[in-house]
Amino acid sequence: MATVTTPDAPPGRAPAPRLSDAPGRMGNKVFAGVSTGAGITILIILAAVAGFLILRSWPAITASQEDYDTVGFMQGKGLWAYIAPLIFGTLLSSLIALIIAVPLSIAIALFISHYAPRRAAQGLGYLVDLLAAIPSVVYGMWGMSWLVPQLQPFFAWLSGTLGFIPLFADFQAPAKNIMSAGIVLAVMILPIITATIREVFLQTPRLHEEASLALGSTRWEMIRMAVFPFGRSGIISASMLGLGRALGETMAVLMILSPGFLINFYLLKPGQHQSIAANIANQFPEASGLGADVLIATGLALFAITFGVNLLARWIIARRAEFSGAN
Amino acid sequence: MTTTTAPVLQRAGHLPRWAPWVILAGAFVAAFLLLTVISEPTIASVALVGGILFVVAVWAASRAVEGPRRAKDRLATSLVTGAFILAMIPLVSLVWIVLARGASLMSWDFLTTDMTGIFGDMREGGALHAIIGTLWVTGIASLISIPLGIFTAIYLVEYGRGRLARAITILVDVMTGIPSIVAGLFAFAFFTIIVGPAYRSAFMGAIALAVLMTPVVVRSVEEMLRLVPNELREASYALGVPKWLTVVKVVLRTAIAGITTGVMIAIARVIGETAPLLMTTGIIATTNNDPFEGRMATLPVFAYRQYAQGGVGVERAWAAALTLVAIVMLLNLVARLVSRYFSPKGIS
Repeated sequence: MATVTTPDAPPGRAPAPRLSDAPGRMGNKVFAGVSTGAGITILIILAAVAGFLILRSWPAITASQEDYDTVGFMQGKGLWAYIAPLIFGTLLSSLIALIIAVPLSIAIALFISHYAPRRAAQGLGYLVDLLAAIPSVVYGMWGMSWLVPQLQPFFAWLSGTLGFIPLFADFQAPAKNIMSAGIVLAVMILPIITATIREVFLQTPRLHEEASLALGSTRWEMIRMAVFPFGRSGIISASMLGLGRALGETMAVLMILSPGFLINFYLLKPGQHQSIAANIANQFPEASGLGADVLIATGLALFAITFGVNLLARWIIARRAEFSGAN
Repeated sequence: MTTTTAPVLQRAGHLPRWAPWVILAGAFVAAFLLLTVISEPTIASVALVGGILFVVAVWAASRAVEGPRRAKDRLATSLVTGAFILAMIPLVSLVWIVLARGASLMSWDFLTTDMTGIFGDMREGGALHAIIGTLWVTGIASLISIPLGIFTAIYLVEYGRGRLARAITILVDVMTGIPSIVAGLFAFAFFTIIVGPAYRSAFMGAIALAVLMTPVVVRSVEEMLRLVPNELREASYALGVPKWLTVVKVVLRTAIAGITTGVMIAIARVIGETAPLLMTTGIIATTNNDPFEGRMATLPVFAYRQYAQGGVGVERAWAAALTLVAIVMLLNLVARLVSRYFSPKGIS
């Protein structure tokens, strides 16, 4: 970018008339100030989010066991004993979503970048992006009235044949279990993972691809030898972005999962798990005083987890951008 | 091609072009017959079993005729295409179910009445108050985050150098990942500490949405500004135009289509947010036109509450969901059209 720098007048002397007459000097200063101010406001907002959450959850963090006993929904547990199963439920549902969504996303991104006819590719990309535009409450309603009934016979069969493995034991009829919630989450994080991976795949140097094809490889071999090695860090960071999304998703889990506060791996049993976000949405309307503070403390934990995951993902992306041959 | 040119690949021959289609048809017929023998065939089960049969059969046929490398390639092609079709199932079924269920209560009356005096099994009542509330909340959030986002993007592209710019870039990225419920908790904590514990208003929800919306606006506007060629800026400077006028009249004007698209997609993203509004603006049965005082209904919260209520509420919820999905899809569509028809040629 070309910058026309005008040397500032030395202090203590009236600026030379030529400089003060320079067109738009005042405007330049104001505009630069406003822009920089906007940038700094972003930092302030982020700091305020963390600050106010800490401020409100401080009473909950420092409270004694007797105080916790007055909060109805904690059922006599301490703060850590209350948060631990919630963190576990959050991680478990996100992990299920990730296990389903990542392979699918890689395949979809490949389909759009390397398999679909070039002219259709962009339109197909929009279709996947539309999945991201649908409000989460609509996903919740769809999950309850369409997906859960569809999954029921499949889960029943799974539990019947593989029920001796604890993972699949004890399925009960309405499939309001963590597996269903994870599947809906997978659908919801699919677009962001796909979009990120697609970008990376499209950046694969064409020469690598053509060299591979010229050596006689099939399309799949070309993808394995040229596209995947190039996109590996992109896939990892895209998965982490998806993980960040899944961790904080509220409505789908709230509407589908029948809640419980246990730490176990019964994926098909309802009433075992609950996620932090869904728990907050569920309890918040009735909570007051210390109860609200405890919920805000769980929110702070969620904020810290997603912040860390996203920071790591962005760091991987940024590192890749510096060293990749494409940029 | 003869077998002499590429002996490794074409060792034994080549499947004719029609072969996969024949195998596809065969797989579905076989799946149907198989399922009729075992149990009742449904569309889902036939598609599932047929799909698996097809993938296996193509692989086997190709392996027999074309050799293992080609077979693997075909297997990958079927799996990748299958994954895409699988991903379309939620989209299609979701749009279908929203249209089908939402249509039962959707009418002009639904869009123009609120829920005042509606109770029990009454089928009257509508979402007017929720639509108005959604407009208020999203409107205020947009008023805050669009200027903030655009100026931040200008800072990052035109002015930002060094540590501060790098920090802002990273933190904007991280901010895109803030869970919506955390944004709601922030607005709640902020207003309960500053104003008072019982304060609820549309403004509170708008602040929460602005936290979610700003980073999205920054990201997309920044991307658009970076696409503006440097030659345009330099030409403007060469004519003696000051920097700020160059940004306003050259850079922003060149990127305006892209910025509009980005902003509309950002609006579409927050207009359906439910969780942060659940705890800030809440729900109420009547129309509230004061954004700074009192609860206000919004479409997503209205849909959620009506759905949870059951009975006629479920139908109302679907109609509200239909309204919401229609708004979101419309915003997305218009955004795409704007970027397609109004962006300057040569940069897209």
